[in-house]
Amino acid sequence: IEPTFIDAAATADTGVELVEIRGLDDEALAVVNRERGLSLDPAELRTIAQHFADAGRAPTDVELETLAQTWSEHCAHKTFRARITGDDGQAITPLLQQLRDATTAIDAPFLRSAFVGNAGIISYTEGTTIAVKAETHNHPSAIEPFGGSNTGVGGVIRDVMGAAHRPIAVTDILCFGPTDLAADQVPDGVLHPRLIEAGVVSGVADYGNKIGLPTVAGAVLYDPGYIANPLVYCGCIGVADDAPPLTGPHAGDLVVVLGGRTGRDGLRGATFSSATMDATTGDVAGASVQIGDPIVEKLLIDVLREAAGLFTAITDCGAGGLSSAIGEMAEGVGADVDLAGAPLKYPGLRPWEIWLSEAQERMVVAVTEPVWPQLQQLCDRHGVEATALGVFTGDGILHVRYDTTTVLRLDTRFLHDGRPQREMKATLPSPDRENADPPPCTDVTATLLALLRHPNIASKEAVIRRYDHEILGSTVVRPLIGARRDGHADGVVIADPADTHGLAIGIGVNPWYGELDPQRMAHAVVDEAIRNVVAVGADPDKVALLDNFSWGDPRRQSTLGELVAAVSGCCEASVAHGAPFVSGKDSLNNEYLGADGARHSVPPTLVITAIAHVPDANAVVTPDLKRAGNMVVQIGATACEFGGSHFAKVHGAATRATVPAPDAGAPRRYRRLHQALRSGRVLACHDISEGGLAVALAEMAVAGRLGLSIDTLPGPDPVSALFSESSSRFVCEVSPDDVDWLGGVLGEPVVVLGTVTSAATVTLPGTPAIPLDTLVSAFGAQP
Amino acid sequence: MSRPTALVLAAAGTNRDHDVAFALDLAGAEPRITLLSELIERPALLDEGQIVVIAGGFSYADALGAGRMFALQLEHRVGEVLRAFVAAAKPVIGICNGFQVLTRSGLLPGALGHNQSGHFQCQWVRLEASPSRCIWTSGVAAIDCPIAHGEGRYTHPDPAGLAGAGQVALRYSGGNPNGSIDSIAGVCDPTGVVLGLMPHPENHVIARQYPGFTRGDRGGLGLALFEQGARYAKER
Repeated sequence: IEPTFIDAAATADTGVELVEIRGLDDEALAVVNRERGLSLDPAELRTIAQHFADAGRAPTDVELETLAQTWSEHCAHKTFRARITGDDGQAITPLLQQLRDATTAIDAPFLRSAFVGNAGIISYTEGTTIAVKAETHNHPSAIEPFGGSNTGVGGVIRDVMGAAHRPIAVTDILCFGPTDLAADQVPDGVLHPRLIEAGVVSGVADYGNKIGLPTVAGAVLYDPGYIANPLVYCGCIGVADDAPPLTGPHAGDLVVVLGGRTGRDGLRGATFSSATMDATTGDVAGASVQIGDPIVEKLLIDVLREAAGLFTAITDCGAGGLSSAIGEMAEGVGADVDLAGAPLKYPGLRPWEIWLSEAQERMVVAVTEPVWPQLQQLCDRHGVEATALGVFTGDGILHVRYDTTTVLRLDTRFLHDGRPQREMKATLPSPDRENADPPPCTDVTATLLALLRHPNIASKEAVIRRYDHEILGSTVVRPLIGARRDGHADGVVIADPADTHGLAIGIGVNPWYGELDPQRMAHAVVDEAIRNVVAVGADPDKVALLDNFSWGDPRRQSTLGELVAAVSGCCEASVAHGAPFVSGKDSLNNEYLGADGARHSVPPTLVITAIAHVPDANAVVTPDLKRAGNMVVQIGATACEFGGSHFAKVHGAATRATVPAPDAGAPRRYRRLHQALRSGRVLACHDISEGGLAVALAEMAVAGRLGLSIDTLPGPDPVSALFSESSSRFVCEVSPDDVDWLGGVLGEPVVVLGTVTSAATVTLPGTPAIPLDTLVSAFGAQP
Repeated sequence: MSRPTALVLAAAGTNRDHDVAFALDLAGAEPRITLLSELIERPALLDEGQIVVIAGGFSYADALGAGRMFALQLEHRVGEVLRAFVAAAKPVIGICNGFQVLTRSGLLPGALGHNQSGHFQCQWVRLEASPSRCIWTSGVAAIDCPIAHGEGRYTHPDPAGLAGAGQVALRYSGGNPNGSIDSIAGVCDPTGVVLGLMPHPENHVIARQYPGFTRGDRGGLGLALFEQGARYAKER
């Protein structure tokens, strides 16, 4: 809709400001840095000042803002690329390099593209490729929960579109403060966790439901560490016909922006998200949160579905808006862009606002002149705006104009490679890994019920049912499964209804391990994500991983040390399992500066997403018990490992406890278990995680609405057997005739725990029978 | 006519058009996703179809009310040809947002309000066909399929009269998920060729899509509904 009247006075101010930073000392540069919210390091400011001193001119406001965005932690991953020195003076390989090296070492045949572009790309079957990506939208969700999570979903969907794939599913992992937090415990300027949760869940639901993608996999975690800094991870999976990679942009291609109009929403989002929050963040940075419009993005999906061959390069407008999208595409090629041609939501935007706005639902494509009319026609048909803003030039210079006024002229080499590598120091953690004695447990039943009631373990049905997880008709293993469809699945499986194979998605996350032993935590959550996909029937030889780190300020040496430890745990687990990382993202500075001057950081929160191939979508397995008379067996060994456990949460931490150690036998076990699952003779399979074996058994019984009579527990002692969270374990249900067969396939001893019964009770050794209804209501399901 | 052509109408925000196209294809119809804007430009397009489907989604973001804008466009831009289509006893079905469109455009009786829960719900339901004049549910016993809506509570001032007129086609069985009056899930027009329903039979057209499939169970396929529609269009 065209405005009938344009206020000429409001549009007149298209001026460009020169910011004189040449010759300023560190102190004066720091003032500029603060006043303009650039979030740059002193060394970076010096490099920029020197660059313009050499060029013999002062930078424009647009140039300064563009450099700040491109060089922000959010866009440039300064910490993950930094030169890090340990306490002992030893150099540590840059973190991103470590992850890349692990992926290279695995050399997986299904890998197409890792750690480049918008998303990781894999190919499990001939003829199609899969793009996967997960993002965080933490800071925005803290100050505007609905808009923050809403645009987090929209942004990650565009990432997949920016990898030239059609989105087919969405994931979300949410971390909140305790929802029963007393009002007077809420820090200044912070929203109550209950308000944040309600807004975030509505925001995810609104975007996913309206755009028409199933929101399938996820997790919801609660911890006091997330009160001021909630975490919102959004993931997306896309599919495309296997085609040669796009080769553009080429000199002469048009710079075309598709989709929504540009407005003042979402200014300086990338720099804002790289800063620490405090009581004033909501007031100061309100305009940094974007406004989502899923219908416009849905139309973009429709257009791109039919636009193959009509563009030579594509990327999404995410953090940094046009500056980062066009800036990235122009790398090495150069572009000449006229901002006066950009379609605006309303008049009055200054050039830097147009260039940096993070207004949503926009994609940038490179289009050759001959097919441009064809693309215009297609966009017209779907009601999508398409505007040519300029041309890729071939001279390697990014030149941005407003009509005839130059507002930015930067060599793309300086923009992308001019940033000085960050130098950082890390103090590595020294976690307690001595074996400890099992903690006392006087009342097994009360402990089990307390665990089932714990918000991290209890039913998430109220959240899951708000998301459309049925659209596209592809969901085979749903997030809710079982006799009453109210148990939690380990992983989910999606499969095109016209196809026989599918994709499994599993999530691993455990910040409580992270607080105690980040390296073991990382190994454990990689294992958990893989365990979750293996448990539903995925092939352990075809697993790809995403890493998403949400951490505190890495300029604190101990915090960086925890990050270093976690990355090494990731790499070890990835190589051990032969599951490569294909993409990742880090969100650092998740801290809140309290009125008391103290900094509150989130616990080290690493989310691992596993995307795996399911060879037969008709032969998937779920954790709900299936039939009375069958046997349940445990696979994998238990040790006394209570560090960061949920047993410790409900009982108070023991004085000494270790985080679960990696199990070297896991990769082999998973491959053999997969063979067993493919035979169809394993009727239920559930991974053992938070709360240990007791919780796993209760969950299986609740989901199947069947009883269990357990008479044998594995070693080393009853409390560890029931509640320790040792890695790499499963419970499987098989017919009595198949117990020996299963042991034979696995090639390792299994522990026969007991029998599935039709009695509505769960009996554990030495404990009175617990009525199934009691477990159901503790879990929070409907009786 | 071997395979009747089904025009699947889609507007900005329609998102189950491909799902229902897949179902129609399996059911023996030839789906053709048609943009509402194209139909408005060339109303004669309707003559090329033997079935009209208004697919689910959030047309125009439900900005003026669920399905309202789509309904206004239908009524004022192609009302005449659409009424002629119905008068010629060619089958029409509106699913979810499409049902909302049909009630708002006056082709179907009653209205759809916010769910009793006050929010969007995604869950599987069982539908039972009531004795009615609806051609889509003729010979269909029960269907298991998901709902995914926030505004699916069917209301009508005289549900008994509606049932008496043979216009209540489908009822929720074993639980009323959204507070619909008399558990009504789908209604038809007085001629029986126009059906509107909130649940999504298009998402249960193969056995694997049923949640109980992993427990060895089979549910009533939603495919039956589309097969009936296709058969009727073909034999008419």
